[in-house]
Amino acid sequence: MRKIAIYGKGGIGKSTTTQNTVAGLAEMGHKVMVVGCDPKADSTRLLLGGLSQRSVLDTLREEGEDVELADIRNGGFCNTLCVESGGPEPGVGCAGRGIITSINMLEQLGAYDASENLNYVFYDVLGDVVCGGFAMPIRDGKAEEIYIVCSGEMMAMYAANNICKGILKFATNGKVRLGGLICNSRKVDNERQMIEQFAKLLGTQMIHFVPRDNDVQRAEINRKTVIEWNPKCGQADEYRALAKAIDQNTNFVIPRPLPMPELEKLLMEFGLYN
Amino acid sequence: MSEPTHTLTAPDLAAPDPAAVKAEMLKIYPAKTAKKRAKQIILNDPETPPEIGANSRTIPGIITQRGCTYAGCRGVVLGPIYDILQITHGPVGCGFYAWLSRRNLVRPPAGSTNYLQYCMNTDMQEDQIVFGGEKKLTQAIREAYAIFKPKAIAILATCPVGLIGDDIHTVAKLMKAELGINVMAFSCEGYKGVSQSAGHHIANNGVFKNIIGLDDKPDEAEFNMNILGEYNIGGDAWEIDTLLRKCGIHVTSTLSGDVSYDQVKKSHTVMLNGVMCHRSINYIAEMMEKKFGIPWIKVNFIGAEATAKTLRKIAKFFDSKKLTDRVEEVIAQEMIALRPVRAEIKARHQGKKAALFVGGSRAHHYQDLFRDIGMEIVSAGYEFAHRDDYEGRKVLPTIKVDADSRNIEELHVEADPARFKPTKTPEQMEALKAGGFSFKDYEGMMVEMKKSTLVIDDITHHEMEKLIEIYKPDIIGSGIKDKFVIEKMGVPCKQLHSYDYSGPYAAFAGAVNFYREVDRMLTTKVWKYITPPWEKAPLASVELVHASKLGGAKKNGEAKAWRKAAAGGEEA
Repeated sequence: MRKIAIYGKGGIGKSTTTQNTVAGLAEMGHKVMVVGCDPKADSTRLLLGGLSQRSVLDTLREEGEDVELADIRNGGFCNTLCVESGGPEPGVGCAGRGIITSINMLEQLGAYDASENLNYVFYDVLGDVVCGGFAMPIRDGKAEEIYIVCSGEMMAMYAANNICKGILKFATNGKVRLGGLICNSRKVDNERQMIEQFAKLLGTQMIHFVPRDNDVQRAEINRKTVIEWNPKCGQADEYRALAKAIDQNTNFVIPRPLPMPELEKLLMEFGLYN
Repeated sequence: MSEPTHTLTAPDLAAPDPAAVKAEMLKIYPAKTAKKRAKQIILNDPETPPEIGANSRTIPGIITQRGCTYAGCRGVVLGPIYDILQITHGPVGCGFYAWLSRRNLVRPPAGSTNYLQYCMNTDMQEDQIVFGGEKKLTQAIREAYAIFKPKAIAILATCPVGLIGDDIHTVAKLMKAELGINVMAFSCEGYKGVSQSAGHHIANNGVFKNIIGLDDKPDEAEFNMNILGEYNIGGDAWEIDTLLRKCGIHVTSTLSGDVSYDQVKKSHTVMLNGVMCHRSINYIAEMMEKKFGIPWIKVNFIGAEATAKTLRKIAKFFDSKKLTDRVEEVIAQEMIALRPVRAEIKARHQGKKAALFVGGSRAHHYQDLFRDIGMEIVSAGYEFAHRDDYEGRKVLPTIKVDADSRNIEELHVEADPARFKPTKTPEQMEALKAGGFSFKDYEGMMVEMKKSTLVIDDITHHEMEKLIEIYKPDIIGSGIKDKFVIEKMGVPCKQLHSYDYSGPYAAFAGAVNFYREVDRMLTTKVWKYITPPWEKAPLASVELVHASKLGGAKKNGEAKAWRKAAAGGEEA
C-alpha cells in the first residue's frame, strides 16, 4: 500500500487535483482510499457526487465511542473509498487536534488493515503545515510520499518551499519523502520551466504539468471528477498521465528547501520581476 | 547504630565560606545554567542588598518547587473566598487539584454558604478540545446555578482553554446577563508567566475589577482595616482577627482567608490596608490606594517581636491614645503567657541553624519566629517572589520588564471621582512620615538577614542537597515537593505551605504553637533511629570498571561490574 499526502497553498487546487488523480488511479484498477484532512470536509465531494458524507469527528460526537468503519467511510467513483476527518466551525476549538483524533480512529477501526487490500491511501491536507495536527499525516509514517501542488505564482512557490521545510523535519527521523511537485497551471509566464527549475533546486522533479482548462470547472459544477464527467476530453488524459506518473514514480527524496534569496533569484530569472 | 553521615565536599568548618558554597553548588552545572543560577544565588549584604535574579524562567530539569499560574489564581488568591462558586474550565485533573489542597480553613457563619469542600469542573474532553468548550462551560454554569443559586460564579481557565481560544470572558458576560448574578472569568492558563506569581496578579486584577467596590456600606467600627495577603492556613487569620479585636480594631475583609463574597465587595470602605504577603497581593493594595485613597502598610504577624512591632505600627497610623494604650496592654498580656515558653525553648535551641525556602513571603516572615528562639538563619530564598520582595520596593523602577511579565495585564487605575476619600490628609501623611512612619514600605527579606548569608531564589534540589551537606541545618522550612528529600537526608522539614497538619502560627498564640512545634521536631530522636534498609544489609554492591578492563573483570558473586557499554572509552 502506498501512502500519499498532498500538500500545497490554500486554494491551489489540492482537492480537485487529488480527486481527479485518484479517479485516474482507480480507473487503472487500483483500490484507493481518500482521507480528507480539512475541517470544511470538502475533499471527497467530486468522488462522492456531493457533500453527503458524515465526517469522522461528527460521527464520534454523535455516536460516542461506538463507531463502525461503515459509519464514516463511503464508496465513491470507481470503487474508491472516501473519508472526511471534519472539524470545528471556523474560529473555535482545535482543527489540528481533530485530524490527529480522526486518523487515530481510522487506524483503530482497521481502515488500513491488509484485509482492506488497499493499493493507495491519499491524505488531502488543508493549506500549509501550520501546526502539529496538520503535520499528522507525515508523522509516524502515516504518509510516506508527499506531492506538493503548486503553480508559478510567487506565494504558491513560497508555500511549497515552506512545506518542504516541514517534510525535511520529519524525513530525517522517518520514512517520509518528497515524490515531486505537481504544477497546477495558472498560466504564469515561463511557468513550466520555472517549476522544473524550482523542483530541481529542491532536489525533486516536476511530476506533471496540469494545464489550465475550464473542463475542470465544468466537471466540478456537476460534482464529478473530469474522468467521470467526460472521459474522452483532453483534461481527463492529463489526469490519467499524472496518475500514471505517480504510479510509476521511483524518485523519492529528502527535499532541500531554498533559502529566501535563492527563491527570489529564481523568480527574477524567470522574468516575474520585469 | 550509627548516625546518618553526609559526604562532605567542602571542609566541614564551623562556619562554611558562603562564596565557596556557592561555587560548589554551581560546579556541576553546564556553563549556561551556572551563569543563570549564579545570579539567583547571592551573598547577602543587608546595608545595600545586591541584585538577585528572580521571577525568571525555571531551568528544566532542576526540580523546582514552583506551581503554575492556574494554581496561583485558583488555589491561592481566589480559592479561599468561600461563597463564590468556582468552576475550573478544563480537564478534570486540574479541577481535582483545586479541591481543598491548601488548608485555608473557614468557619462561615450559620446560614451562609460554603463551596470550599466542592470541586467544580467542566471535565473537558477531546470533543471539547476539537470543537471548542464554550457550550459545555455555559451548560456547567447553568447547572451550577440551578443547583446552588450562588451569589457569584468564577470561571478559571486551564492550559487547553487558552490554546484552543475558548472565549470565557464572553461566556461570563452572557451568563451574567442571563442569570442576573456576578459571573467573572479569569484567564489564568497554567503556562502563563514563570510561576504561580502570574496567577496571583491575574486574580488580583479580577477581584479588583469585578468585586471590590460593589458595596459601599462600611462596617460600623472606630478602627477598620483589611488584612491582605493572609490565607488562613491552619487558622492564622483567626489568630490575627482575635488579636486585633482585643485591641479594638475591626477587620472587614481578609484577602483571602475565611472571607465571603460580601466582605470582599465592601473591602474598599476601610481606613487602612495591612499587607502580609507582599508578593501575592501588593497589586490590590496599590490599586485600592489609587482608586479609593486607602493607604497600605506592610504588616507581619509571624513571630512575637514582629507581631508587637506590627501592632504598634497600626496604632501609630490610627493615631489614637486610646488605641495605643490598648495595644500596649494587649502586647503586655500576651507576652506574659508567651515569655516562659519562649525562654524554655530558647534555652534548648539557641544557636541552632534553620534554612527557609518557601513562598513569596514566608521565607522572610518565618525568620522572625526562629529568631524569637535564638536560632540562626543560614540560608533563605523564595520560590516565586520578585526582586522587590528580596531587595525592597525601592528597586521597583529598575526591575526589567521582560516578555514573561509583559504577558500579564497591568490594570490602569484612576481615582474614583465619587469614592476617592483618603483616610489621611496629605499633611497628616507627611507628619507621620516625618515621625519615621513609612507607607508602601516593604523593604524585602535581605535587609533583615546577616551579611554574607546565602540568599537562593527558586532553589534546585541539587543546591538543597549541597546546602544540607555543608551547612547541616537543624531544621528546614520548605514545601511539599522537597520535604521528603530533606527528611531522607535526616533533617526535619516543616512544610510551610500547609503547615503539615498543625498551626496556627500567626500572632502571639500562634508563635507559641510554632516554638513548641520546632521544639518537638528538634528534640525528637526519630531521625537518629532511622537507618535505611540498604545501609543495614546491602542487596548488591556496585563497582565501576573501566570499559577497556571489562573483558578481564572478575566475575564476583557480590560485586557486579556495571557495564557501561555505551560509554565507550570513558573513564568509569
